[in-house]
Amino acid sequence: MIDRLNPRLLGVALVAIAMLLAPVVFSEQQYLLRVVTTAAIYAIAAYGLNIILGLTGQLSLAHGAFFGVGAYTVGLLTTDRDWPFWSAFLVAIAATTVLGYVSGLIALRTQGAYFAIFTMALGFLIFIVIVRWESLTHAHSGVSGVKFPENIGPIDFTEPAVMYYFVLIFLAAAAYTTHALLNSNAGRSLVAIRTSEDLAKSIGVNVAVSKQLAFTASATIAGLAGGLFASLNGFIGPDSAGIDRTFEMLLFLLIGGLGTVMGPLLGSLLVAFLFEMLQDLETYRFIVLGPIIVLLVIFAPRGMIGYLNDLVPARFKRRATTMPGDPATVPVASPTKSEVH
Amino acid sequence: MTLFIQQLANGLALGGIYCLAAIGLTLVFGVLGFPNLAHGALYMLGAYLTYFFLTDAGMPYVVAILAAAVVLAFLGVVLERLVFHPLRNSPHTHHMIATVGVMFFLVALVQEIWGTGFLRMQSPVGGQLSVLGAQVSWQRIIIIVTAVVVLLLLTWFLKRSPHGQAIEAIEQDRTGAALVGINPSMVSMVTFAVSLALVAIAAGLVAPINLLSPGMGDSLGLTVFAIIILGGLGSLPGAIVGGFSIAIAEVMASTYISVAAGEAAIFVILIAVLAIKPTGIFGTVAQR
Repeated sequence: MIDRLNPRLLGVALVAIAMLLAPVVFSEQQYLLRVVTTAAIYAIAAYGLNIILGLTGQLSLAHGAFFGVGAYTVGLLTTDRDWPFWSAFLVAIAATTVLGYVSGLIALRTQGAYFAIFTMALGFLIFIVIVRWESLTHAHSGVSGVKFPENIGPIDFTEPAVMYYFVLIFLAAAAYTTHALLNSNAGRSLVAIRTSEDLAKSIGVNVAVSKQLAFTASATIAGLAGGLFASLNGFIGPDSAGIDRTFEMLLFLLIGGLGTVMGPLLGSLLVAFLFEMLQDLETYRFIVLGPIIVLLVIFAPRGMIGYLNDLVPARFKRRATTMPGDPATVPVASPTKSEVH
Repeated sequence: MTLFIQQLANGLALGGIYCLAAIGLTLVFGVLGFPNLAHGALYMLGAYLTYFFLTDAGMPYVVAILAAAVVLAFLGVVLERLVFHPLRNSPHTHHMIATVGVMFFLVALVQEIWGTGFLRMQSPVGGQLSVLGAQVSWQRIIIIVTAVVVLLLLTWFLKRSPHGQAIEAIEQDRTGAALVGINPSMVSMVTFAVSLALVAIAAGLVAPINLLSPGMGDSLGLTVFAIIILGGLGSLPGAIVGGFSIAIAEVMASTYISVAAGEAAIFVILIAVLAIKPTGIFGTVAQR
């Protein structure tokens, strides 16, 4: 009987149960529950980046800024404009969708290195606007007193467990979207683009439309996560929108596993606890994390999920979901080509 | 008119800095095929090293710049061996992620050693020169002259020396170069060493007229990317033309419009080039 149980499904079920039970386990330690809630929000953002980087293979360095735009929209509307959280949250989602769509129109004219450079410039530009437009964003003093979601009937969002489950709904939706994408034609088009754009084009994939949708969706998800973060945290500063955020999302993805369903979640949870441990070393943090990210891309480009996958018996494996850097997807280089550089 | 000449001199000095930094970046792109996103952070490190050798070690200015260039050239070889050589068969996304990791490491390291505040480096050469009524500081003249000399030396190195010719050969045709016996690992190391030495010289030249801070590489990094995209990734003439035109556009926009306009000019140029002709003016290298 146990032999017939799909180990992959079992793993997902265990993680889901653990996530659902977190408030019970941490009922005496509100602080740890808050750490997990924050990690879950970052995981949502990582799922956003996962769509464009993990599935489509385009390195976007603007996602920290999209996160920041979502956070600032909720922050500024609920404080300076005194809007309720719910409408501000909807506006944040709409705003990042529009921003993602419009910047995608230009960014996606480029590929590879050009795309990475363009998105880095875009991220920096958004950061500069936040720091310089003091009358709107309060620049370095940031936005404090961001509202919690207002009660819906008897549901009180100031209760940490309620906020946690609220975030968990979006997290589950993000994970499910990734799962659905990987098992749909739309998602397979994205993976085909990652393998080779020319090849994808030649087999009839509409590369431009697929990439535009992937980029817009990933910006929306990052912005949504930013909106949740602003509300939970209560305070946001320009740091919420800097390239450091993008870097952290990259770290979550690499540790968990690029282009996978559970990778962003596992990576975010693991790093959240790592950050807690490294908190005393605030400036040392990136001295440690920089080399970690380099070591990861060299020695473990498939992340935790890649290694867990190796434990799964061959008959449960799917073929279409291998990750970049996976020996199966890297074309065998000719001797001369691999010698070069 | 005096103001114009004054600002033209400033633009040329800034252009010299940009050229040195952009050429190093475009060389690495041409040979290894990925953009080194840590280039701005390495520039910042070059400035701090020059500061260290000049102020703490008490070396003469020229020796301090050369010492910083040697240290960064060595760092380039180490990075190529430890980080990019092991990645040679990975997708280019992985190279770029690794350069982001290097960038964060360097910025955090400098913050740890020298703190997060601003540092001021005394200009070793004071005084000004009067050119057609405009006052131009000696430091800026030194920058312009040094940049021209280094660019000429670099051209000689690339066209005449065996190592330089190997770099050009690999840029033009990797497989062909490997077939005629050029050692690609050696070329990668030399390219990194030259690239980082150039960015260290640029940083050492600019250090006396700018304040030093761990974030000083951020905007330079973007500017040099704008330059090499404008000129065409991997193109040396493109980097030189792009460097001077962006520097002059930046200086003139901030003089005649506003400081913010000078800053925005770079982004406007970058976005316009990417939107209109993503391969740049001299672009021959295919998009990767």
